[in-house]
Amino acid sequence: MAVVEQEAPAGALGAPAARRPQVTIVPLRGLPIVGLVVVALVVSIAGNWPWALDFFHVAGGGAWTAVDLFMGFVIGPIMRTLSVPARIELTTRLMPKMLLIMPTLVTMTLAAGFQLARHNGMLSGSYGRHAWVVASMVVVAVMAMTALALLQPANIAVLFELRKPQPNPAIVQKLMRRFIYAAGVTGAMQVATLIIMTRLAT
Amino acid sequence: MSAAPQATALAEQPGPKVTELGMLSIGLVAAGVIYLAAYLPRRAPLAPAVVLLAAAVAVLAANVVLLARRPGFAWWRFTQVARWMLLAYLVVAGMLEFTFVYDHTRGAVLALMTLLLATFTLNVPLLAAYTVARFEGSRE
Repeated sequence: MAVVEQEAPAGALGAPAARRPQVTIVPLRGLPIVGLVVVALVVSIAGNWPWALDFFHVAGGGAWTAVDLFMGFVIGPIMRTLSVPARIELTTRLMPKMLLIMPTLVTMTLAAGFQLARHNGMLSGSYGRHAWVVASMVVVAVMAMTALALLQPANIAVLFELRKPQPNPAIVQKLMRRFIYAAGVTGAMQVATLIIMTRLAT
Repeated sequence: MSAAPQATALAEQPGPKVTELGMLSIGLVAAGVIYLAAYLPRRAPLAPAVVLLAAAVAVLAANVVLLARRPGFAWWRFTQVARWMLLAYLVVAGMLEFTFVYDHTRGAVLALMTLLLATFTLNVPLLAAYTVARFEGSRE
């Protein structure tokens, strides 16, 4: 991909803290919505309701895939070409929301999907496409490793750095680069997920 | 030295590969869970899963020990981030455990799944808190 990465000019983040947007790590207003989704998910699993499980798996999985592809292949390359102050503006608004949205979508998709697979007999070794189910677990494992070890920590660390009175441009650059590349990897893995899931559904 | 260059210097200094080891530990946990789930509803031979669990725990323990020996590490920031992350991932782990129990997973398989889940739940806060703390300078 021919994208020129802009280097941070010295002191690019040196603007007084008052002129930079206020950085929130976790948007507390979103927590009740997350709580509501988790409770609804637990109730659906406990009730073993096929429609609710289908809804959580399909809606959560669709949104997770779309967000990963969009972040990896659209926002990521755009972000690399933005000026550093513009990146900071985008990051301070986008990342806190991602911190709530992504774990919620992942939990919805995986918990409902596992229950659905048990319910439909897809987890059973005798299921004709059992190998595809196992392949989907492997893809999820690779995505989990990338997201939990690289993407999420970089997301949180960049927000902590931006809360400092004098954020260090080199650290912000390094963390954002890591975030963008990790988002690209998970985006690529989502293509594999799409292939597997459409194969299972056909 | 002011806080920002000090933080950069600390982050750049050669140290334990906490992120890489954390990824390895999570990968071993994932392999254990996939192995057990691939056999469902039959019971998988447990030895390979036990080996994977032991390896994941060993890597996690080694990671903690190596991190504890890192000089100048911002432990105050580490514990601040780790405790909130742990709280969040306890909710996720609680849900997964509920699913295991609800699906009638019992005995040695449940014990193994629970230990794998616990190892996973400890790795996630460790990785996030380490990434934040490694870029901290001295206490402000």
